Amino acid sequence: MKTDIILAGVGGQGILSIAAGIGLAAVKTGLYIKQAEVHGMSQRGGDVQSHLRISDKPISSDLIPQGKAHLILSVEPMEGLRYLPFLSKDGWLVTNITPFNNIADYPQVDDILKEIKKIPNHIALDADAIAKEAGSSRSSNIVMLGAASPFIDIKFEALEDGIRQLFGRKGEEVVEVNLKALRAGREFSQKNR
Amino acid sequence: MDKLLLLGDEAIAQGAIDGGLSGVYAYPGTPSTEIMEYVQASKQAAELGIHRQWSANEKTAMESAIGMSYAGKRALVCFKHVGLNVAADAFINASITGVNGGLVVLCADDPSMHSSQNEQDSRFYAKFAMIPILEPSNQQEAYDMTYSAFELSERLSVPVMLRITTRLAHSRSGVGRKEVKAQNGMRLPSDPRQFVLLPAIARVNYKKLLNTQALMNTLAEESLFNTLSKGNNGKLGIITAGIAYNYLMENVAEGDYSVLKISQYPIPSKQVRELYEQCDELLILEEGYPIIEEMIKGFLNLGKPIHGRLDGTVPRDGELNPAIVAKALGMDLYEGMPIPEVVKKRPPSLCMGCGHRDVYLALNEAVEEYGTGRVFADIGCYTLGALAPFNAINSCVDMGASITMAKGAADAGLVPAVAVIGDSTFTHSGMTGLLDAVNENSPITIIISDNSTTGMTGGQPSSAFGRIVEICKGIGVDPEHIHVMNPLKKFHEENVQIMKKELAYQGVSVLIPQRECIQTFARRKKAEKKAAGKN
Repeated sequence: MKTDIILAGVGGQGILSIAAGIGLAAVKTGLYIKQAEVHGMSQRGGDVQSHLRISDKPISSDLIPQGKAHLILSVEPMEGLRYLPFLSKDGWLVTNITPFNNIADYPQVDDILKEIKKIPNHIALDADAIAKEAGSSRSSNIVMLGAASPFIDIKFEALEDGIRQLFGRKGEEVVEVNLKALRAGREFSQKNR
Repeated sequence: MDKLLLLGDEAIAQGAIDGGLSGVYAYPGTPSTEIMEYVQASKQAAELGIHRQWSANEKTAMESAIGMSYAGKRALVCFKHVGLNVAADAFINASITGVNGGLVVLCADDPSMHSSQNEQDSRFYAKFAMIPILEPSNQQEAYDMTYSAFELSERLSVPVMLRITTRLAHSRSGVGRKEVKAQNGMRLPSDPRQFVLLPAIARVNYKKLLNTQALMNTLAEESLFNTLSKGNNGKLGIITAGIAYNYLMENVAEGDYSVLKISQYPIPSKQVRELYEQCDELLILEEGYPIIEEMIKGFLNLGKPIHGRLDGTVPRDGELNPAIVAKALGMDLYEGMPIPEVVKKRPPSLCMGCGHRDVYLALNEAVEEYGTGRVFADIGCYTLGALAPFNAINSCVDMGASITMAKGAADAGLVPAVAVIGDSTFTHSGMTGLLDAVNENSPITIIISDNSTTGMTGGQPSSAFGRIVEICKGIGVDPEHIHVMNPLKKFHEENVQIMKKELAYQGVSVLIPQRECIQTFARRKKAEKKAAGKN
């Protein structure tokens, strides 16, 4: 068993909390994990990515090889496309469609969506809207994690436990909202894959 | 004991704590910052009374660590690669004094310059200082090597360099721990003149260092961190070090090639010879400069073919990755889909609500009448003022260079010249330059854009928080020409006028726009809210 995931977004969007959710679940399940993060200059509103590798055997490289990622999980539509050279032939792109526009030449959203639709295996969802519906607009990252969950080789219950661990300090209410967000994201992918 | 999920940086911190550390000294710099932050957050470190305060710069950090070593205790000093340039004087001489308590110098190199102005390879410094290097390839090794580095340092009586690169520093994996070692007690050097580098003593110490080289090589040859494994391919042998080993093993299976993994330097002669005898050609895979490659190839390159960065088998610059290594091995690989044209570059930028923004908007207006090309900036978030929409600065060279470069340019006739420097960078290396400018009353305008934190590296405390004005006065700047400003939109006109007035003054002016970093502010408010909730 092995899942290689590229997490993509913009500095400040919180992709590291998604990575932490998966990481905690993987460690609990007794799997090996390597997760390369971006710290420093790019965190100031630049493009950021994290390479997350989970396996039942020891993992060599901290970076996912080009053309080998099983999944690109992007919290921003243009950012997911930036890492297409990493996606394997039968890999999935799971992306939020709400743009994060902090540059002068940000493209038309329709042009981005056209490119996303060209990817044979893709799930595109409005995570911000689904999060709002689930009770907290701040949970869009967890919606994305839920949407990606069918493509991650970890039991869903373990991911739920990861969320409990991640948000446990913030109280039961926050945990529940995030679990709801996680399940809503998963449901979307199961219906639309 | 359960495994901990740690960044490479954090594994080093935990390895040091468990290895009998008494003090860590550092100045923040990507990708090394998280080491000190981990020790600061560690309950265990608090209980053990480990010193864990930031230093004003890398040189003061290095010197404090030497002082702790002098007193017999184990010290760790951490910085990014260019930080070692700042600390170099102390670092090189520490190999001449030798150590008393174990002294480990952690250098985090940044190949591909993710957050740096060059990609220099710290291993050259260790060779220059003639001390051993430990170079881990994964988080567990980072822990294990740090844990044992203090003993190696004490055994050889020299500092030991621990060298990592960005990917290991910022990659997380499971780490198992060892038994916690007790700290050393305080114990003065047995030779009271060991640390007195008068020429007569230094010459003796230097000979001692030279005589220790053979033992360093023997220890490297015997080190369990260096491994030579035999493979089926008799033609090509591979020498690798650090994280490059991971990229190799991602592409090949154990036993495919004979592989020498070097993790403890000096380069172990015995194993290199053994591998060389076994193969027709060698491939060298190392992260950073081709230092192993150059040494093995030699100037005349008379031996068997050696492949690597120097003959183009591997790119000459930038960090490695699994694809580069696959290509070097002649493997075919699927290169994925191309990036669609619709994807635009997204460079980092100053945060919305950042005071540096207002400083640059005012400065651009104030300096307009003199023409462009006269603003010397420094290292920090405000370096992003080089990019659109500000396009406000003309230099970023090294910590503190803004003030001294402005002075030099003014000496050459570029008047007025402007320096832009942050509060933490100013106390790191700007104060001495200011003294030079004051001594000659140079016609320069210095803007200390004070966000009351060390912003770029994540908001560590600023060394002289609340004391910048007093420092400038103390150095001798005329108080008439020191202005504290409020960089808010509503004061824009006022700020432009102050800048214009001081640009016209034929002497040293210091302008201090003060506004807390928006990120630090948000974190502080969050922490305050949390603390209030507890009470």
